[in-house]
Parts: sequence; structure tokens; C-alpha cells
Amino acid sequence: MAIVRPLDPVAVRADFAIFERDFNGRRLAYLDSAATSLKPRVVTDAMAEYLNRYSANVHRGIYQIGEEATAAYEGARAKIAAFIGASDPREIVMVRNATEAINLVAYAWGRRNIGTADTIVVTEMEHHSNLIPWQMLTQEKDADLEFVPFDDDGRLIQDSFDVLLRTRPKLVAFTAVSNGIGTINPVADMVARAHDAGALVLIDGAQATPHEPVNVQELDCDFFVFSGHKMLGPPGSGALWARRELLEEMPPFMGGGEMIREVHLRHTTYNEVPFKFEAGTPDVSAAIGLGAAIDYLTDIGLEHVRAHERELVEYALDILPREVPSIRIHGPLSASDRAGIITFNLADAHPHDVATLLDREAIAVRAGHHCTMPLHQRLGEEASARASFYVYTDRDDIDRLAEALQKVERLFARPAPH
Amino acid sequence: MDDLYKDEILEHYRNPHNFGTLEAPTTAKEGANPLCGDRITLMLGIGDDGTVNDVAFTGRGCAISQASASMLTDEIKGKPLSEIAHLGRQDVLDNLGIEISPARMKCAMLSLETLRAAVGDRVEWTGQTDEV
Repeated sequence: MAIVRPLDPVAVRADFAIFERDFNGRRLAYLDSAATSLKPRVVTDAMAEYLNRYSANVHRGIYQIGEEATAAYEGARAKIAAFIGASDPREIVMVRNATEAINLVAYAWGRRNIGTADTIVVTEMEHHSNLIPWQMLTQEKDADLEFVPFDDDGRLIQDSFDVLLRTRPKLVAFTAVSNGIGTINPVADMVARAHDAGALVLIDGAQATPHEPVNVQELDCDFFVFSGHKMLGPPGSGALWARRELLEEMPPFMGGGEMIREVHLRHTTYNEVPFKFEAGTPDVSAAIGLGAAIDYLTDIGLEHVRAHERELVEYALDILPREVPSIRIHGPLSASDRAGIITFNLADAHPHDVATLLDREAIAVRAGHHCTMPLHQRLGEEASARASFYVYTDRDDIDRLAEALQKVERLFARPAPH
Repeated sequence: MDDLYKDEILEHYRNPHNFGTLEAPTTAKEGANPLCGDRITLMLGIGDDGTVNDVAFTGRGCAISQASASMLTDEIKGKPLSEIAHLGRQDVLDNLGIEISPARMKCAMLSLETLRAAVGDRVEWTGQTDEV
């Protein structure tokens, strides 16, 4: 692997087949890693190796390739545990993505522990995946759902959080990093205050885990979720981490094979954690691919990833307003509490037109509400454009973005022909 | 980059035709594209003989959705519903005259879909509006 320290994005790009593709004579400037990341060859190779050479089911086969598959799958679980600082791989439940992990908690923990007049606190900047499961739960249980607002700079209003904590919520669920505007929230501090108020805390780590060192024990949260596909892993991989005693108490999520100990026609005893929550044949290749992605990221070093992206954010926050005068950038304007996500609008061009025109220059950005409609209502925008960075992003990508946005500005500012 | 958004589309976007409201519309319909946030409100003044005598729209959204609405309202003004009901996807694409990627097709078709919904109880729509 051609990695040198500190992170060299040009060397990193050599590990990704997609950068060999020609897009009308240009290299792809992929600025949509907050939606999903690209995948290095080590990930696709590990998945192909499983599918081609030992594609047995896990936890079943009493034969060589079955044992190899089980070892690789459980090896991925151990890598995930170590990657987020969990003390025990049995606290890792393998799921398809962060969305499934949150729904698992809402269903299995929430339905047992949330009752009428109980309160759940989330924030106004949540991805829909950390909002709708709690809407569904609180509507079913006739419970209250409350929201921490954010200010004009895109930072959560901590005084409002403290006021909401006085209602003694049962659960506080919030994102470590806003996928909508890039805000890095003060997670450990908020967890501590929520615990002081008697709440359990779920952290949506979908945008944090790929980009900075994460340690669930240091954060001291109770549930932590993330997706593999945003961290160089494949779609269909992800994990729920929860404190062991919570997992032990929780009833199963889905019923089926694997999650059982003993089945009778009218009753069943369940498997131990985490298998109690993993009904059915899992996406073994995805888990193995995520394990390979974790090895790759660990080799780079998450502290280097964060430093690299912070430098890119500083650069983008500096040059975009200067070179693209009509740009409005949403979220914190300081790189210290902003992840590699630049969300913006141009004065005269709709985000969809921006994205379509950038695509003509082989620049991929997201346009829309980024699964954060309430956040956009707060911003007062129907939609926005979003450029997001990762290990393969460099200043050249941001320069290309600035140059293309200048062209969009010129095109939409051109006076009408009559 | 410049060849994609022809001057005609940008002109319709900046100065949309038939933009506004009708005081006493025979029918009005709001259409939205929840994925994009594009939205338009279409108002029609339909005579007893089934002719669209007056049409107006308001809306917000991308150049494709708003130019498409501007062009479509030009197209249907003064025409009988029986003729309008033949309008399909291809007519909209012909009006725009540019390549529309699959991801942007909903933007282009928002006004046609809204029109179809607005007059659905008055005329049987025969134009091809679904994706082929």
C-alpha cells in the first residue's frame, strides 16, 4: 500500500480503481463521501476472496470453508470493536447500516423502556435515520419527542439542551457530526450532562467514525451506531455498539435463524448476545469488506485523516467565499469544529442545477436536502449543495470545485438576451 | 458546461412566462418533488367549451423544473383539454431541447404531472407520462 505519513491523497488514490476511469478526459473529483465513500481495492479484493474461495455460511458449517468464513466474519467483528474502542466484541451487533442499528434500538430497547409521557430528546440537525425511528416510537407510546435547536452558526444551543434535560428524558439521541452542515458536536460533554440528568445516550456515529478517532468508552455513551459504506467499506455493513448489560436486557429485534438457542413449536429461547440480534444469514462479504476497510484506515491513522480533512476545510472556507462571491456556506465557519463537509447555496443557481453543471466537469457533489429536511427548514433553504471530503480528496479537487462554481455563477448571471 | 443549459432555458428560468396567479381559477393544483424541493402551483381558467383560456403558475426550484413549467404553460394556453390530454413526456423533452439525465427527469416532468393531476377529473389523459 502506497501510504506515506502524513496522509498523501495522491498516493491514496492509487489504491482506488475508480480513479483510473476517464471522465471526459478528467479524473473524477468525488466530493460526495458524506453520502458514501469510494472503495479501495483491498476492500473489494477481500470481498471477492470470500465470495470466490470460501463462501460458506457462518456459525454452521463443520467443514474447512465454513470455519474459515466464521473466522473471517468474527474477525471483522473484533476489528470493529477495536476500531471504536469497545472492550468486548460481543458488544458489537452487525447490521446493514446505521439506520438499521437505530431502528434496532428503537424497537428492542425503546418499546420496552419508553412509556406514556416519557421524553426522548434529539436535535434539529439529525439525519432522518435518527429522527423517524423516534417519531414512530413516541407516537406509538404516546411519549414526547423534544429537539435541541441549533444557532445561526450551525452549533447546538447548549443552554436549550440543559433546559430539555430538566424534563428528565429517558433517552438522548444525537449525531456526533452533522451530515447536513458538518458541525462537530461536543459529544463527550453532552453525554456527561445527559447522564447527570438520568438519560441513556445514543450517538449516531455515521459521519464521525470514518473521519476521526472514536472511542466509545471515552465518549461514555450507551449506544453507538455507524455505517461501513461511509468509511471505505461496502454497502450492507455497519454496526451497533451497546453496553453489554443493555444488550442482555433487550429483547430480540428480528426473529429467525441464528438468533435462537432452542426452538419449540410454541416457544423459543434466544441465543447469547450479539447473536440474539443477528437473525438470518448476515451479509458476510460486507462484514469482511468492512474489516478490510478498518485495516486500511488504521494503517493510515484516523488522526491523520482528521488532520487532512481539517486542512481541506480550512482551505475551502478560505478560497470559496473569495473566488465564488455569491456563495452562502452553511454551518460553522471554523475548521476546528467542522468536519470535511461544505454545504452551500449560490445566490442565483438552484443546487440541482449546480450539481448537474458540476457533473459536466466530472465533479460529484450532493444536491437536495441530504436526508435532513428539518435542518433545511431551519436554514430556510429548500435544498442545498454539499461537497464532502475524504482520504482521497486534495486541494486540487477544491480548486476544481471553485473554478466550476465560478462558471455556474457566470452562466446564471448572464443577462437575458432581450 | 455552457452547452447544457441553453439560453432559452435560462431565459425561461429568469423570466418565466405565465408566472403569477389567477383571480378566479377553474382549477388549481400544487405539485412538489419531495426529493428536490421543487414545487409549482398551477392555475387554469377553463371555458365551458373545455378550452384553457388562461393559465398561470408560481413555483420555486431548479432551472429545469421552472423552465419546463414556463414552456408548458405557453404550450397549453388557448388549447382545448382534448388536445392537451395528448401531451406526454416527449413533448416536454422536445420543448426543453436538452439532454435530461435520469436523475433530473422528475424536475423536468413536475409541471406535466401537476397539469395532469389538475385536469384529471375533466379529461381522460392519453399522453405518455410514465417512464417507458
